[in-house]
Formats: sequence, structure tokens, C-alpha cells
Amino acid sequence: MAERLVGVDISPPDLRAKITGRAKYAEDFRAPGMVFMKMLLSPMPHCRVRNVDASRALALPGVIDILRASDVNGEPSDRPSETMLTDEPHYEGEPILAIAAVDEETCAAAIELIELDLEPLPFVLDPLESLRPGGPNAHTGGNQYVGGQDAGWTDYKWTEADFVAVDAGQMPDPQDTPAAWEKGDVAAAFAAADYIREDVVVHQSVTHHPMEPRSTMAYWENGRAFVYVSTQSAQVTKNGMARALDVDPEELTLVSEYTGGGFGSKIGGHTHMSLAPIMSRKIGRPVMHRITRYEENYIGRARPGFQSWVKMGFRADGKCTAIDLIIVQESGAYGASDYNSAANIADLAFTPGNMRFRGVAMLANTPPKAAQRGPGGAQIIGMLEPLHDAAIREMSEQGMNVDRLQARLLNAPTADVEFGPRNTSLTSVFAREALQAGAEAFDWAGKQALSGRQVGSKVTGIGFGLSPYTAGSRGYDGLMVIRPDGRLHVYQGIGNLGTHSIADTARPAAELLGLNWDQVEIIWGDSSKGMPRSSIQAGSQTTHAHTRANYAAAEDALRKIRLVASRQLGGSPNAYNVDNGRVSGPGGSMTFAQVAQRAIELGGEFDGNTLPSGISDQTVPSAQRLAGQGLMGVATDAYGGNGSIYSWQAGFALVELDVETGMVELLEFVGWADCGTVIHPRSLHAQELGGSIQGMGMAMSQRWVFDPRYGVSFANRFYTARPPGFLDVPKEMMAGAVNIPDPTTPVGAKGIGEPSVGAGAAALTTAVADAMGKCLCRTPLTPDIILAELEGRPLPYGRLDQHVG
Amino acid sequence: MADVESVGVLEKKYSRRTFIKGVIATGATVSSASYALQGTSLLGAATFQSSTERLITLNVNGQQRRVDVLPNETLAMTLRYKLNLTGTKLGCDRAECGACTVLIDGVNHYGCSIFTHQLRGRSVVTIEGLEDADTGELSIVQEAVLEQGGFQCAFCAPGFIMSMTAMLDQNPNPTRDEARLALSGNLCRCADYDKILTCAMRAAELARSV
Repeated sequence: MAERLVGVDISPPDLRAKITGRAKYAEDFRAPGMVFMKMLLSPMPHCRVRNVDASRALALPGVIDILRASDVNGEPSDRPSETMLTDEPHYEGEPILAIAAVDEETCAAAIELIELDLEPLPFVLDPLESLRPGGPNAHTGGNQYVGGQDAGWTDYKWTEADFVAVDAGQMPDPQDTPAAWEKGDVAAAFAAADYIREDVVVHQSVTHHPMEPRSTMAYWENGRAFVYVSTQSAQVTKNGMARALDVDPEELTLVSEYTGGGFGSKIGGHTHMSLAPIMSRKIGRPVMHRITRYEENYIGRARPGFQSWVKMGFRADGKCTAIDLIIVQESGAYGASDYNSAANIADLAFTPGNMRFRGVAMLANTPPKAAQRGPGGAQIIGMLEPLHDAAIREMSEQGMNVDRLQARLLNAPTADVEFGPRNTSLTSVFAREALQAGAEAFDWAGKQALSGRQVGSKVTGIGFGLSPYTAGSRGYDGLMVIRPDGRLHVYQGIGNLGTHSIADTARPAAELLGLNWDQVEIIWGDSSKGMPRSSIQAGSQTTHAHTRANYAAAEDALRKIRLVASRQLGGSPNAYNVDNGRVSGPGGSMTFAQVAQRAIELGGEFDGNTLPSGISDQTVPSAQRLAGQGLMGVATDAYGGNGSIYSWQAGFALVELDVETGMVELLEFVGWADCGTVIHPRSLHAQELGGSIQGMGMAMSQRWVFDPRYGVSFANRFYTARPPGFLDVPKEMMAGAVNIPDPTTPVGAKGIGEPSVGAGAAALTTAVADAMGKCLCRTPLTPDIILAELEGRPLPYGRLDQHVG
Repeated sequence: MADVESVGVLEKKYSRRTFIKGVIATGATVSSASYALQGTSLLGAATFQSSTERLITLNVNGQQRRVDVLPNETLAMTLRYKLNLTGTKLGCDRAECGACTVLIDGVNHYGCSIFTHQLRGRSVVTIEGLEDADTGELSIVQEAVLEQGGFQCAFCAPGFIMSMTAMLDQNPNPTRDEARLALSGNLCRCADYDKILTCAMRAAELARSV
């Protein structure tokens, strides 16, 4: 019997390259004659470029050429749309122009010689300031762009009366918010509630800061572009890059063998990845566009912050029966949509049945926002879990018979949940199972006695969070070839950003074909080698989407193997079985090597010379390129299925809060997931813990702070917006999973990348609130902010102020 | 003798202050290009204008490598762009993340924060130098990481592995607490810390059994 490949730890095949220095990330590629490029970033949060005098820069020895906005952008758009370079920067750090020179220092010196004439324009950082009557707008046209038939800018403001509330630290009751929905009977539910609480909550923005800055290297050869990119998703990025360069996707070689993290900031590549190939095309030389950490802070994307008000109603048994939620979103310079998913996830995670959401997304002159690992979900879970927990404790103090964990179990959904304004249903939900198993692993019951215990200046707090997020999609293609060497070559169009999915999504397919892992070869990261149509590597889709797509291709290969064997050896195809690289049945046995050779001789569908009609047009060129090389498995995932696919992460934390310094130390953390069938336990645990720690950084150590007078960033590097380091996390952590298959997908596996961020943030914020005996209702939980609250000092900021750290 | 003198001259000429200016020139220059400035000299354009490369000999991964370096050139830049040793990563270029960690005379250093010309006569080991060039045999730390499936995106991995190597040299029997302290100069944004620590402890175990 061949070995089991699902549910076991197998180190990914690219690991050896990663630990010997052979793995090449975008900035590690070189080409003969390569020159460098650097961008000039706007020093102002909003301005108009009146004039650029580059004459001295261009005269500098070694300087080759310059790119301006007019060289790279298409038709100007009235919409708030981001371009690679701009003559009207909308945030400090937005690239205005780029210079190519023989080396990086010459680029830098040339940029210093550029004489810029900038006209400062009004800017706004805090979304509420743009809602204030007469307040500034982030764009000259207004602060809201409305799409549809009468598309255009509007100036959306709240009233003076609203701002009496805002200035008193209260959220007003805004009418006609741009986003709004209501389900159930919210007013009646609050009227009938046994306990109600209302809170104003501020969640900060957070820069993604993947370890690898988004560098690009590019050159052209005989009209063909070769671009080395840092992206989360390879095949999708190839298509996007082809559009940006206005070339046929098949005339472009996109290489992304290794990407040093993305977390949502490089989903289909990124805005500025096309500058290097455009400059290269202009000057006829290979161009290295190295992005620094400092630049990454500005162009590298960030999670939108929220200024919120939430009212939650409860029945005496702890059931949440109503949620009323307002979110004002800091959308950065060009927009974001987190607030919508945040509202949906509030409804999903706490199942109030009756819910009203009002939201307004406000453009601000801050770096662009984008999906960040659990967009919307991570913020809202981090915000609502401590409020839910505080409500239950207060109800208990008032004599109601409720328990923190039991109430959370009661409010968690089951498989029949319908959430959000469209009553979305799910394929499977084992949220309660995950929370219960996590509680047992953490010993929640045993740790109750530690809650609020003070030793010296240190108070212990315990908390947990339960966080859902999307975890799959359907309908992508799989492509694989068994070559005459007898090995299965799996072609992956997904990215390789650290999730190990290039290997793990191929495992169920290889298991179906009865192969040992050393008989499998993964081909990825170079579009010229062949890539099937693939999902973006975001929304935690890949594990679900591509275990299915590869499984479909493996079923196609299995069918063909049996046909080849039955034609060669006699008997019915279905009487043949595969194992250990052989196919055996009534007429005898063949090796896969022999089958592959025979498939090439047979041609037609067997070796890919004839392709099935149902596969994507995007898959066809790659399949055609591989035709004739062996027995081809190629298919579209047609397994279908109803309902959205979501995974769940429970997180449990124990912290010590030093009431004299405001420092919080995380001492214990346990994570438990519902992500369907577990394919790779060790990698799953790494996703659970790593994502949770990112959530803790978001809630505590990273900061997003601006100089309000000049609109420039104060926290633009690792030391000012510090992600958690080794000393910020416990020396041992635990993770697990309920490992119950999703019944609607053939492999049973769902993704897990994203739910963990909210779980980590929520476990931490809830544990800190437990230790403090009150909710801070604000992130980041810096020692300054914690101490000010503990000591009851007047706060140097308003309750609803954004960008406080 | 001439070599020794020139080192002294260079070190005087390029103090910590000029070092930072030099790094700014290659790192963060664009930020300071304020509007309507008449060719500011804030960046110390002198470092580039008057700089001349000097041929020096470096001992990298046991080999003598002759290389032309600028006076303000960092080791990470020399390794990556002149010696094609791209395993040493630039994560921040400012001593914040440790992705560029290399061993200098057996001690872990940030390659972004030391001038190449200071390294004459000293031994530099990079991630490429850990694997036996003839046999392909991995170092004990690399073996442990491979066995434990360490790291996610692994952009930080070379730096961490160099720090683990230095740690085991100084402390062959670390506790988990000691190990995380020893590795706390390296940042992993995927936050794979639990597994990285397990790799470090496994490496110590393997080293003891050799």
C-alpha cells in the first residue's frame, strides 16, 4: 500500500531551497546589464504636482531615464482609482515618478536633484473630520464616490448636532448612511432584552508589512516580457500583468517561485509591480526595482480602521438577541470594503437573529487600504468578543445564571445558520466543537480561579475569541502529467507565499492515484512551465479550491490510466486499481512509466493532444504546451455545492497585566480550528498560531499614528509599528483542530489562513479586559493607553479619535 | 601595509553618522525629497559622488573573494549584489528584522549594519556556507529545520538559521527560554515562532547526539 498523504506531516518540497539560500524571491534574480530604479514619493498627504524639473537629475552621470504618471497611466479616471505614478498624490509616500540609473545610489542621488513644485491641497486623516460640516475631503471632488448611472462625487456630511455627540465621545445616530441593512425586528428585540450594553469602539489600521518588500525585476527579450514578481497568486497575477503591459498573457513569462508573505497585500500582485517592466521596455535594459521597508510602509497596503458604536441585547440565559452596529471606516486614499464583511461576520459569529448595520466608508489621505488576513472579520471579532464577554460577566454579577464559555457556545452558530442581509447559508459549521475542544486543551474550567488574581503588580486575565472567515471557492482547473519516468507532475498556478499549499493541495490527488510522496513532483512559480486557471490565493480559498481542482484532474488521470491498462491488458477499465505507481487488474499489471509511454503512443485525450471542452480558456495554452509528454489529467472542478464555505478558529489566552507599567505579557495561548479535514497538521498549527500572533500584534504592538498637522506617518518602520517578536509570545503554544470533514467537498478540507487573526486579537483583548475589569474598547492596547485608563487620568484623545497609539 | 592604512582612513572617514547617511541614500531617500528644494544635500550626495570603489579581499564561506566595494557599502549589499549570495535577505536594511543575519568570526551580525570594508581579515559565513559544498550535506541546524518543517514564507529563514547556528556554538544546551532570547533579534512576520523554537531545540538535540 502506498503511504497516506492526507493528515500527515510532510515537509514541503521547497523547504530545502528555503533553508540553503537557493530559494529565489523577486529581488534575488539578476540579468545581464541590469540597472536599478527608484521612486520619488510624495512628501505631502495631498498635493498637486505643478511642475517637475528633472534636468539636473537626468544630467547626472549614470542616470538613464525617468517615468512620469503620463508615461504609465491610461485614460484619467474620475473615480478614486490608484495608479502606479501620480501627479496628484493622495497620501504621504505615494509615488510621483521613477528614475532608472546604473546603480541604486545614483538613482537616489538623481531623485535628490529633482526639483518639484507642489501645490498643497486640503487633507484629512480622521474619517470623522471629513464627516464634520465644512470638514476637509480626501479628494478634491468630494468624500464619497457613488457608482451606477449617475456616477460621481458627493460631499457626504453629518450635522452639527451629530458632532455635539462626537465631540462628547459619543457616536451620533446618523440617518441615510451609504451602507445599511436590517433583519429581524431590532427594536422589539431590544425592548424584550434582559440586558443591553452600548459601547463606542475604535479599531486601528495596521500595515501588512510582509517580510519581503514588493520588489520586482523585469526585462524584455524579442518582444517577450520576463517579470519576477512578489505576489500571492501566480496565474492570476500573470493575467493582470499582461493587461497592465498590454501584451497577450502567453507572451509574458511571470516568475514568482517564492514570495515572502503577503497577508492580503499582494493578492493579484500589486499596483507598482508593472513599473519595472514598463521602464525596462522604455530603456531596453533589465530593471531591478528594489522596494525598501520604508517604501513598503506607504505602498504596501494596510487594514482599514473602524470607529464604531455597538449595542448588544441579551436574554437572561445569555443568548444574544440583537445587535445594532455603526461602522465608520478609514478607507485610505482609494477605498476598501472591510466594513461590509465585518457586519456580516458580527451576525454570523453571535447569531443575534435581529440586527441593524449602518456603515460609511470614508476616504482619507493615508496609505491605501486592502484586504488584510481576515478583512473586516478580524477587526469585528477583536472588537465584539470583549464586549460579549463583559456583558456576560455583568449579567452574572446581576444574578443571572450565565457563564462566559457557555454563553459563547450558546451564541455560536450551528450548520443551519443564515447570516447577513442575504441570509447566507454555509456548507458546514463546527464552531462550537472548536470552542469546546479549545477550552478543554486550555483548561478553561481549571483556569477560572486565576481570573483577576493579583500578585504584586501583576493581574492575571483569561479570555477567548471565536472567529470565522471565508475558506473556499469552486470551479477552478487542475492539470497534471504522469511522465514516462513514472512520476506525477502536478502543475500549480497558485502562489507560494508560505502556506505550503503548492504541495498540500496536491496530496489528496496523489493519494487517489496511489502514489507515494516521493513519486510526486510539484511544478510552480514559472508561467512558462504551465499553469491551470487558479484561484487567487486569498480569502483562504486555496486549500478548498485546489484540493478539489487537483482531485478532479486526478480523477481524470485515473480514468485514463484504467483505460490504457484495459486496452493494453484486457478486461474492464473499472476492474483496474492503482497503488504504488502501478495499475493492476484482471489482465496483469503495468507501471505508471509504461502507462505514460502508452498514453503518448495513443495520443488523443490520453496525452493531452485532445483537451476536454469544459476546461477554462486560461488552462488550454498550458495544457497544449504539456501535450505529448505523458498521461495528462486535466479537468475543471465540477463538484458543485451549495452554500458559502467558512472556517472557524477558537483562541484562548492567559495574560498578566502589570498595573504599574501598563505592560501586558501573554503567557499562554491555545488555538483550535474547524477547517474540515486536516491535510497537514504541522502547517495547520503554524497557520493557527501565526495568524493569532498577527492578530495580537494588530491589537497591541503595531501602531498607525500620524502627525495631524502635516499628515505624515509617525509609524513607518518595524521599530515604530512593531510586529510581535519572539519575546512577545509564550515559549510554548498549542494548536489543534476538530478535523471533521466538510460534507460538501470531495476532500473535506477547507482553508484556515484567516480566521486565526480575529481569534488571536479577541483572546488577547478579552483577557486584558478580564485583567482590567473593564473594556478599553480601543486598539492598540499600548502601555500608555492602558495606564491612562487604569489610573483614570483625563485622556489626551477623544473616545472616537482614530490614529491614536 | 597599505591595506591596513586604508582601512583606518576609511573608518575615520565613514563614521556611524556617515554610515547612516549612506544607508539613507540607498534606503529612504525618497521620503526626504521635499518639494521645491534646490537639490538638497541632505543625503550626503558626497558619499556617492566622491566615492571610489576599492578592491578588497573577503573571506566568505571559507573562500577568498576579491571584490570592489564602495566606502559606504554594507556587507548585505556586497553579498547580494556583488558576490551573488542572495540567500542573505534584505528585510528592512536598518537592523530591525534580522533577515540579513550572517556570521562574522562565528558571531551573528546584521549584514545590513556593517561596512564591508571593515571585514578584511575576518571570516564571513552566509546561509550558502552552511551546506557542505562537496557532499551537499546540510548543517545540523538545517537538518533540524528540514525535519520539523520550519518556517512559512521563509524570507526570514536564512537569518534565523544563522542566529541558531551562532546560538548553538555559544550555548549547546539551551532551554526554550534561552533559545528564544538568543533568537529575539530576528523577526518572523508569519509569526511561526513556536515551530522555529522547536527547530532550534531539535537542532540542539541533534548536535548533542553527534
